[in-house]
Amino acid sequence: MPKDNSIKSVLIIGSGPIIIGQACEFDYSGSQAARSIREEGIKVILINSNPATIMTDPMMADSVYLLPLTVESIEQILEENEIDAVLPTMGGQTALNLCKEAEELGIWQKYNIRLIGVDIEGIETAENREKFRQLMISIGIPIAPSKTANSFLEGKEFAQELGFPLVIRPSFTLGGTGGGFVHDKSELDEALQRGLQASPIHEVLVEKAVLGWKEFELELLRDKNDNVVIICTVENMDPMGIHTGDSVTVAPAMTLSDTAFQDMRNKAILMMRSLGNFAGGCNVQFALNPETEEIIAVEINPRVSRSSALASKATGYPIAKIAAKLAIGYTLDELKNQITQTTSAYFEPALDYVIVKVPRWNFDKFKGANDTLGLQMKSVGEVMAIGRSFTEAVQKACQSLENEAVGLGYYGKSLMKSEDLIEYIKTPKWDRIFRIKDALMQGVTVKTIVQATYIDRWFIYQIQEICRIEKELARYALDNLPAELLKEAKRNGFSDEQIARIMKNTCTEEQVYEKRKAFGITRVYKMVDTCSAEFEAKTPYFYSTFEEKNV
Amino acid sequence: MNQSPQTAVLLLEDGNIFYGKAFGKIGAASGEICFNTGMTGYQEVFTDPSYYGQVLIMNNVHTGNYGVNKKEMESANVKIRGLIGRNLEERFSRYQATESLDDYLKENEIVAIENIDTRALVTYIRTKGAMNCIISSEDLDIHALKEKLNSTPGMAGLELASVVSTTEEYELGDAAAQLKVSVLDYGIKQNILSCLVKRGVHVRVHPARTPFSRLKEFNPDGYFVSNGPGDPAAMPYAVETLKEILKEESPLFGICLGHQLLALANDIPTFKMHHGHRGLNHPVKNIVTGRCEITTQNHGFGIDPAAVRNHTGIEITHVNLNDESIEGIRLKNKPAFSVQYHPESTPGPYDSRYLFDEFIAMMASN
Repeated sequence: MPKDNSIKSVLIIGSGPIIIGQACEFDYSGSQAARSIREEGIKVILINSNPATIMTDPMMADSVYLLPLTVESIEQILEENEIDAVLPTMGGQTALNLCKEAEELGIWQKYNIRLIGVDIEGIETAENREKFRQLMISIGIPIAPSKTANSFLEGKEFAQELGFPLVIRPSFTLGGTGGGFVHDKSELDEALQRGLQASPIHEVLVEKAVLGWKEFELELLRDKNDNVVIICTVENMDPMGIHTGDSVTVAPAMTLSDTAFQDMRNKAILMMRSLGNFAGGCNVQFALNPETEEIIAVEINPRVSRSSALASKATGYPIAKIAAKLAIGYTLDELKNQITQTTSAYFEPALDYVIVKVPRWNFDKFKGANDTLGLQMKSVGEVMAIGRSFTEAVQKACQSLENEAVGLGYYGKSLMKSEDLIEYIKTPKWDRIFRIKDALMQGVTVKTIVQATYIDRWFIYQIQEICRIEKELARYALDNLPAELLKEAKRNGFSDEQIARIMKNTCTEEQVYEKRKAFGITRVYKMVDTCSAEFEAKTPYFYSTFEEKNV
Repeated sequence: MNQSPQTAVLLLEDGNIFYGKAFGKIGAASGEICFNTGMTGYQEVFTDPSYYGQVLIMNNVHTGNYGVNKKEMESANVKIRGLIGRNLEERFSRYQATESLDDYLKENEIVAIENIDTRALVTYIRTKGAMNCIISSEDLDIHALKEKLNSTPGMAGLELASVVSTTEEYELGDAAAQLKVSVLDYGIKQNILSCLVKRGVHVRVHPARTPFSRLKEFNPDGYFVSNGPGDPAAMPYAVETLKEILKEESPLFGICLGHQLLALANDIPTFKMHHGHRGLNHPVKNIVTGRCEITTQNHGFGIDPAAVRNHTGIEITHVNLNDESIEGIRLKNKPAFSVQYHPESTPGPYDSRYLFDEFIAMMASN
């Protein structure tokens, strides 16, 4: 079935001001959607209160309204324009909430506007913890034991019933605002109060905490014929309990067996198909018990999310662009893979590289802020690095944080002893990954680090590999540094400056660069092509690495 | 190239050389080079008998991360001839794992090579097409390797099914079951049998060259023709068996090689593909229902599309959305159907499991 020709003009709702948990990702998705719909000959009208966005550039839409994101603004736009449909899934929770508010007031009905790419009841179910819980039970998807509380007393009662540790999750909030862990009774009152206050409907979910479980996210697309594909699987290096936005995340999943992954895939598809009837993107989060590979659903977001932007860049698959096409009636099998331009958009990207995302915090600008990471997102940005191994990608990410890190590690600045480090890494903080590396450098065992952090040991092994190469490098000076070792270091993401520092600054970054150039160890550029080189790519993008050929 | 004791080499039939690092068994191995784009399920892939005789490149850059679990095998041992990867992991993380990939490969005497620019290699194979190769971590002398490589037979015209087939008949499932299926084993994946048995079928698995009369003695409600390695055109014995089954008007279901044999039994030729389909993300459309499936694939031969389209007795049921190759057929006047892909998956998506239900329904209503 081709596109729906009854749609001649579409209103796209932006995400408003940039706040923690909702930043430029939605500018990216909104811009992609606007372009995607306009190229179909459909008029795009856009509303966003934030002028510091790409999507509000005059050339992005036929009309741009820089107005507050309120029902009044929506009515004004509907009065002034002939609009057939509204696409509210590109502007995050803000756009969805506005869309719902307008729906409740009967605005869409009044102006005869169709909602596309969304199912209001589906959003309601996803956002309302109790409804979500009931849906999961009815379709046989396991979830953490939990109860919904609408008052402080109720919350206390349920907490006693479920036992500690607990998680408090407020309904209808963004980026985990107001949510938190409750390790014991002493933390309960404050956490309950904060959660209830944060929720616009004064409702929280009191949930049994699955501490130490691994966390995964799947990005899905569905069309109106109910075809579903998994675009990307993201593994959180940090375990459950740290907001995904504050976690170091990796794609593709590194530690999932096919058995566990297919279980997750089946559950994600079942969840998406059970959540109302809409064509578009969706994000599902799971927790996995590492001992049993038992899986529970954590949440589902029936919209283009913050993670979709990362998944798009990580795979080359433009989720928002395709989601917009699906919203106006196309099916996945009718669309082409945007990178190869010859194969189908109905497929699941295959990666031949590793993506590592490291969040960027600004605790130095917020003096007095609690820098312990938890369920409420605190990072203000993130970097995404691509490499041909986890070690290369994680070091590139660290080098890109603009915090003077030259790679993974402190390089002499850390004065902590190993006992202190072990204690320190028990609490998730922004620099935990750096401290883990320091601990490994000091000889702390992988087992001890896993016990302190619940991070999967595969990642710790990889960081240990970085330490091994670093120790090897430290044995040399530039003039006797073997070419093979230098090559190995470069392939594992060591920067020239990092190598110079490891060799106790007996040489400069430039000298390391000249040395490796003389050895013929130079960058090559590889494509992000969605398909692991299986097909020729027409519009790929590139990342650098240290291998044989530019391909 | 500085040759440390760990150095290993990959030599392609056309003379191209790649250097890497030894992994698994120290030795040499030759066969047809192919690549798999899957990001999970390496163990299931390595033990899939359809890969017999092939040297496999894993496009995914980390392989071995979750070790090996003896319970997740598609046959009794490793079937690939050799393995090529970017990062093959000695250290792993999984509670259910019984050993590391390195130990597993050594135990199965499989030579592997890592630190290869696999993306460059895959791009090359994609452009030049399938060819033979040799990997060695023992003898690095190119001339000696070239000689060994020259004596490795090409995949076209090679009959391999009877090499990996069971040598003895065996039965699985409840002997009192309502439905019985005679299975022709040309290198069957374990999970195909599980998919049948889980649906309440009693199966008897037969060696590749079992005559039709013996298959019939089981008094089956239907016949299953398995996947397997090698060139289907080199299996006239199997084509004859299939023709006899078709005369019976009994339900028949074929997967992969079984699909190609069903085509051959209906005078549709098969051909060697440029570089095949191997992975877990191949898009297939069921043109009967209009629904799409993400499928697991592993094949280097295909059935002739034009001959299928011109055949009056055959209906196309599934097509590949990437290259329009024929993914599924059914006979118009007989209860027989087949698919080129792997509905049993393992590894891969469960989207196509319904085909086993259709086979069951076909037998139940016959």
